[in-house]
Amino acid sequence: MSSINLTLKIWRQENSDALGSLETYNLDDVHTDMSFLEMLDILNEKLTKEGKDPVAFDHDCREGICGMCGAVIDGVAHGPEKEVTLCQLHMRNFSSGDTIVIEPFRSRAFPVKKDLLIDRSALDRIIQAGGYVSVNTGGTPDGNSIPIPSDKAELAMDAAACIGCGACIASCPNGAAMLFTSAKISQLALLPQGQTERKQRALSMVEQMDKEGFGNCTNAKECEAVCPKGISIRNIARLNREYLMATLTEG
Amino acid sequence: MELNSRVPSGPLADKWSNHRFSNKLVNPANRRKYKVIVVGTGLAGASASATLAEQGYNVQTFCIQDSPRRAHSIAAQGGINAAKNYQNDGDSIHRLFYDTIKGGDFRAREANVYRLAEVSNEIIDQCVAQGVPFAREYGGTLANRSFGGAQVSRTFYARGQTGQQLLLGAYSALSRQIHAGKVEMFTRREMMDVVLVDGQARGITTRNIMTGEVETFWADVVILATGGYGNAYFLSTNAMASNVTAAWRAHKKGAGFANPSFVQIHPTCIPVHGDYQSKLTLMSESLRNDGRVWVPKNPGDKRHPSEIPEEDRDYYLENKYPSFGNLVPRDVASRNAKEQCDAGKGVGNTGLAVYLDFAEAIRRDGEETILKKYGNLFQMYEKITDSNPLVEPMMIYPAVHYTMGGLWVDYDLMTTIPGLFAIGECNFSDHGANRLGASALMQGLADGYFIIATSVAHYLGTTSMEKISGTEAPFKDSKREVEDRIDMLLKNSSGGPAGKLTVDEIHKELGRLLWDNCGMARNKEDLEKALEELPEIRQKFWDYVYVPGDGKALNQSLERAGRVADFLEFAEIMIRDALAREESCGCHLREESQTEENEAKRDDENFMHVAVWEHVSSDEPPKLHKEMLDFEFVTPSQRSYK
Repeated sequence: MSSINLTLKIWRQENSDALGSLETYNLDDVHTDMSFLEMLDILNEKLTKEGKDPVAFDHDCREGICGMCGAVIDGVAHGPEKEVTLCQLHMRNFSSGDTIVIEPFRSRAFPVKKDLLIDRSALDRIIQAGGYVSVNTGGTPDGNSIPIPSDKAELAMDAAACIGCGACIASCPNGAAMLFTSAKISQLALLPQGQTERKQRALSMVEQMDKEGFGNCTNAKECEAVCPKGISIRNIARLNREYLMATLTEG
Repeated sequence: MELNSRVPSGPLADKWSNHRFSNKLVNPANRRKYKVIVVGTGLAGASASATLAEQGYNVQTFCIQDSPRRAHSIAAQGGINAAKNYQNDGDSIHRLFYDTIKGGDFRAREANVYRLAEVSNEIIDQCVAQGVPFAREYGGTLANRSFGGAQVSRTFYARGQTGQQLLLGAYSALSRQIHAGKVEMFTRREMMDVVLVDGQARGITTRNIMTGEVETFWADVVILATGGYGNAYFLSTNAMASNVTAAWRAHKKGAGFANPSFVQIHPTCIPVHGDYQSKLTLMSESLRNDGRVWVPKNPGDKRHPSEIPEEDRDYYLENKYPSFGNLVPRDVASRNAKEQCDAGKGVGNTGLAVYLDFAEAIRRDGEETILKKYGNLFQMYEKITDSNPLVEPMMIYPAVHYTMGGLWVDYDLMTTIPGLFAIGECNFSDHGANRLGASALMQGLADGYFIIATSVAHYLGTTSMEKISGTEAPFKDSKREVEDRIDMLLKNSSGGPAGKLTVDEIHKELGRLLWDNCGMARNKEDLEKALEELPEIRQKFWDYVYVPGDGKALNQSLERAGRVADFLEFAEIMIRDALAREESCGCHLREESQTEENEAKRDDENFMHVAVWEHVSSDEPPKLHKEMLDFEFVTPSQRSYK
């Protein structure tokens, strides 16, 4: 185990209305086995002991699956390692003497609430607009009554693996929520259960996306590059097809 | 405290349908007159909120995270059991029931467990209908695997992300009801208290995490789905926000707390590697299908694993349990790992780890086959530890994973407070003294989708209650108590941090006390010592903890302080419960109670009961009540894995 010394430039912002700025902190003896969030924990213990305000950041499962953590590290959402969330990024990816710039996920639809902590409730509202199969509890047919080819189920699972962290939006030059929305639309469009509401779903979810202030997709592909779950932009192509088909055939 | 389990009479297989028939209903037109509060949006909470809203009740749902999709159920990897018998391998509702009751070491209620096995089949149908992408066979039918040593393949899964997909299914059902206006969703709210009016649960008090505002909400029924308390140990596999506060506040208002010392320790976690560590990560139990567990024969052997020849290795599980080998149940594997480390044979920097070696499996099946089976787990392990399991053995160590104790509930999942229900990991009901693989997801969804609606209807149909508006005295009192407590937590902050302790420092101290004395193996002497030391830590917390900032805004240190303060109180009944249970059972080895072969020895004559603790007052010790368990349909037998 080795340890490194770091200079951290962290975005500090008191609340949504306040102006923010990058503050500089030195942190020594950072063990390279630490996760990025554990490094922030240590910084916060230090700041607390110095009577300063600890850095607010969101995190929960620390296993890369809840989608709660995330920050832009040196310009890259979730940092330099491929397909990991911030909680699964380890300090062995950095060297002693490094300066690391840490900023919140930025997007018009994601207001900063404090420091690195943002409001991503717009994503929930996109799901609420139609990201489900309308089925009440009980009285459903036997699970095996509708066979689904395993390759279709696997494709649906590829899309369903989205954790809703918002990195795709933070890295998109247009602040588009296309990768997120297309993942849910793809999952349900690929499965027989999702067919009944297929067109209405595409129309409503896209409408909600626009209402929330997300931008449009211009195929920059930054979303795919930072996605911790490797969600493919092929889903965006599917979303575009679904939406087009729906606009041509519905009201 | 009266413990009436309300278990229906009659044959086991008919109890649930008889009960549903005899329970009262609420006319659909009347349901819209009632308001239900659900706290928590994991598998249990999200499914309950959705189902009750579908039925027509007005639901208010609360969660601590920024979105209901993030509850810790999302992290469950392996799968969910159901007695579908799709594989035609001899599974049945009765077999799932039997395996679950035996796995829990005969410390759960027969009727509850049977009902769980019964509704398990409906859960799969429900989730498939929602579009949960379960693994499929080539012909399109649902795939199953065997899990946790079960002899039948009854586990349904969605890659290693089953919890995620089931939770997203429940979250989507919940989202639909939010859109329909039947659920009002409150995110970033922490429940701080239950409000009782005339002895009935009629509301909750919450703190808005973003603004610091303390708010009260009234309802006709309150349902807690707030998960487990494993984070009392500081390090666990639980999410960071998992806590005991909601359950503990309910306990202090009169809800009995059952079997608080029943904590499951999972054997295959990535070991602790430093004192800065915040969280433990679980590696799937499936690794033990091919990995061989070993330690050096000689204590203190610090050689690199590749330099330790076969004759100097001790494959202790294979030697001790020849018929189950590395696949012994979780509690046995965990206990034996600790034993080896206590004997000085642990490996790695800390000596608190054992090897899980794939070398032989790789020689036998080839790297490709092994990577196909466990590739993602190997990757995850390598990312965290920077060591490649294809080249050198993994290191694993047991970690706190799941809590089987929780609020005592009757067959209707109602606590000892009328109108207060507890579902999922938050209650004590179905796992007994041990939880088998793939059974927690099953219980969360059974409670939420299929059981709670019947209970709520019966309660509302048989209970008279006053009309309230949420401005009555108990609401004001509760709000004031919560605000006073927040002030208490901040009382040391005015003079600055000089010389003071942080919340995490105290939490680590509590965690160490519990792990050392109330962990996998316990004895009277250590438990009594822990009971003496606990008040000192508690005092230190109140005297020296410094919380920066104030209560009127987002303050993550204050949030943690409140939870740790509750863990410090709760730990007392955990230790007292472990002390009172002078038998070994399930996850929990009482060192004084062992067979001649050093296996856990249950004492059915004296401990075939649920231990339920009643809060008396802050100056008096809690009172122990017992719900005796009857085994009418199975005969308790000694578990043996030799």
